[in-house]
Amino acid sequence: MPAPIIKIDAISKSFGAFKVLDGLSMQVMPGEKLALIGPSGSGKTTILRILMTLERIDAGHIQIEGEQLYHMERNGQLLPADERHLTKMRQKIGMVFQLFNLFPHKSVLDNVTLAPMLTKGTPRAAAEKRAFELLDMVGMADKAKNMPAQLSGGQKQRVAIARALALSPKIMLFDEVTSALDPELVNEVLNVMRRLAAETDMTMLLVTHEMGFAHDFADRVLFFDGGKIVEEGKPDEIFSHPKQERTQSFLKKIIAAGHRV
Amino acid sequence: MTAWAGYIELILEGAVVTIKLTLMGSVLALVVAFIAGLGRLSRFFAVRALATAYIEFFRGTSIFVQLFWVYFVLPLFGITLTPLQAGVLGLGLNVGAYAAEVVRGAVQSIGKEQYEACTALNLGRWQGMRHVILPQAFLVMLPTFGNNAIELLKATSIVSLISLADLTFQAQVVRSQTGNTMVPFTTILVIYFALAMLITWGIRRLERRLSRGLDGVRA
Ligand SMILES: Nc1ncnc2c1ncn2[C@@H]1O[C@H](COP(=O)(O)OP(=O)(O)OP(=O)(O)O)[C@@H](O)[C@H]1O
Ligand SMILES: [Mg+2]
Repeated sequence: MPAPIIKIDAISKSFGAFKVLDGLSMQVMPGEKLALIGPSGSGKTTILRILMTLERIDAGHIQIEGEQLYHMERNGQLLPADERHLTKMRQKIGMVFQLFNLFPHKSVLDNVTLAPMLTKGTPRAAAEKRAFELLDMVGMADKAKNMPAQLSGGQKQRVAIARALALSPKIMLFDEVTSALDPELVNEVLNVMRRLAAETDMTMLLVTHEMGFAHDFADRVLFFDGGKIVEEGKPDEIFSHPKQERTQSFLKKIIAAGHRV
Repeated sequence: MTAWAGYIELILEGAVVTIKLTLMGSVLALVVAFIAGLGRLSRFFAVRALATAYIEFFRGTSIFVQLFWVYFVLPLFGITLTPLQAGVLGLGLNVGAYAAEVVRGAVQSIGKEQYEACTALNLGRWQGMRHVILPQAFLVMLPTFGNNAIELLKATSIVSLISLADLTFQAQVVRSQTGNTMVPFTTILVIYFALAMLITWGIRRLERRLSRGLDGVRA
């Protein structure tokens, strides 16, 4: 059995007096597609943001490919990671945001090429070639010269996915990437993600309220409540035969609210 | 008639000095504004303290006294400046302090999601600043920079007090030689106003150029 690509070990995180995560542990295997579901405020986004180093942990350890994320090993001792270490670790991880966070002053193409050129020193020609491949994959190659403001939400999100992929991360984090979209634009983004899941061996963590998509996409579903994993299992187990009462009532509420399961 | 031609020439020479001062002062102000404005946002306490001290000092004291200090007191420390150098230094540092706050405010007005996108794309602090934050913040700064430049233009008239032959100085020369106050001072009033309008127009044009495509209008 291969080693986990992500190993989260007893991490805690508070915002002020409010403890969002309290000793959370979990592991993700290489290539695994994980769906994180759960009620609002249960800490799903916080976990992704911690993995992307957008939020620091108060306690615990995280290993990515066996290497500490927030610590550096020096002479057998664990020290807090410095910016250089974090920069090295971030190369393995990419993230797509709910609100796309595209750079509004840069064209679609420049949004995708900027980071590879700056962080990897990729020459412009090579970066653009790769960008066109990725934009083609997300169906946005013909809009390469457009500015983000000229795109629909679904198109923006597809560009954001291409932008994150351009750095070839081993782990991709998706935080409710369709929840800001008009309903008729959701599928174009989900289709891209389906293709990604099918065609790459990237490890993918997905936070979503789209239960139907989570069912198709994920190898494993984690149900969170109050910063804890209440129940986990294969999509069929979680969605068809949830064992925990809290999982059952959450899914019931979601269906009542009109989400497709 | 020939006398008036000479006076017009005087005024035009003054206009050249005023324009020179405004341009050079603005360049200095701009450079200082970015250094001090970004300095205020530094991670390092010493840098922040230094930037804050500069900004508060130059905003808190009169530009008139600053200019006199630069021109008359600095020589006592062995630094003698020409009137033009003193004028550019005084005006640049003074307006730069105001513009530094504009830089800081504009950088802070850029949403946290843009910084987070930079982190997620693994850009370094300075790379993100240079390629993502500042280009967007610059657009926010521009209109206020325009006001700052106009303030600087108007403030140039005080250099006449250190005997620099700018517009105001020349108007006084004409006045003392002709005994006429209305004509020279009305003339420079109009010239100052025209220069201010020129600045406004230039900034607007730049703004329009730089914001092309940002609002969803086809580039
Ligand atoms: N920067 C912050 N400051 C203070 N509280 C925060 C901050 N970020 C998150 N929280 C709080 O932490 C809790 C967990 O937030 P998180 O965003 O991880 O939840 P979530 O599971 O993603 O919820 P949702 O489904 O609504 O997106 C919430 O109660 C939230 O209010
Ligand atoms: Mg969330």
